[in-house]
Amino acid sequence: MKAKIHVTLKSGILDPQGKAIEHALDSLGFKHAANVRVGKYMELDLQEADTAKAEVVVKSMCEKLLANTIIEDYRYELTA
Amino acid sequence: MNVGVLVFPGSNCDHDCAHVLKDVLGQNATMVWHKESSLAGLDAVILPGGFSYGDYLRTGAIARFSPVMQAVKQFAVEGKLVLGICNGFQILLEAGLLPGAMLRNKSLHFICRETYVKVENAATPFTNACKPGQVLKIPIAHADGNYYTDSVTLAGLQANAQITFRYCTVDGTVTPGSCPNGSLDNIAGLCNAEGNVLGMMPHPERCVETMLGNEDGRHIFRSMIASLEHKQVAEVR
Repeated sequence: MKAKIHVTLKSGILDPQGKAIEHALDSLGFKHAANVRVGKYMELDLQEADTAKAEVVVKSMCEKLLANTIIEDYRYELTA
Repeated sequence: MNVGVLVFPGSNCDHDCAHVLKDVLGQNATMVWHKESSLAGLDAVILPGGFSYGDYLRTGAIARFSPVMQAVKQFAVEGKLVLGICNGFQILLEAGLLPGAMLRNKSLHFICRETYVKVENAATPFTNACKPGQVLKIPIAHADGNYYTDSVTLAGLQANAQITFRYCTVDGTVTPGSCPNGSLDNIAGLCNAEGNVLGMMPHPERCVETMLGNEDGRHIFRSMIASLEHKQVAEVR
């Protein structure tokens, strides 16, 4: 099973990288882009066939290491 | 004072700390590799600056799982002194020994320059050699020093006088313009509720010698020494 994990800054927390990219897009003429947020994408293979069990493991990984839940949110997808 | 300077893969201010303690201040300093599991015989530990584990994932996020960190947690519970400088502060935050988290500097730049910090609490084991409100000139060198915590935690830090240092102007005025990195409430350093664990972004070990043009960092180490001597006197009595 493969886990695809996205980690982003919580909404309401200033994302200076997102702001810089937003300004760059604007100066390139992409005037309709707003609220750019930068995050991290991680994928990993899990030796686990059971989706429910895999979910428990991935959630625990996110809580313990992959995201700092003081400042970040995470979401994940599990695919075969 | 017997101080252990922790060494993580990627620490790069470890020898500066040891040099200051041994050669300048005449204390005993030993290097403690991050795989160690005991801190026996030490009065204090310093988590030095650097780029532990290359700052991968988040600053301090991987170092907090080093074996020595279990011992540091126990050490802190026993009331012994724990000082985290820069990356060391980031590790203490990730380890949950101090509240909050670090965000990228508001400007996105790595900032390496002198800053002025105001001693907001001169009653800690790390600041007792300072006068309340004293302004210290100490350099910073970081990309992730933009301190963040939720409003409830911030109110708690303020109420318990845990905010130890705040960025300020040369005359000690705390202004948004004197904050180099966007840090919440101009926080440059904070301690735990008990006062024996301090994290600070400025590097006191870089300004302890006259030859380097600034000795303000000396106050931090002198405070630690004084606090331990005071404690020993109290124990003998």
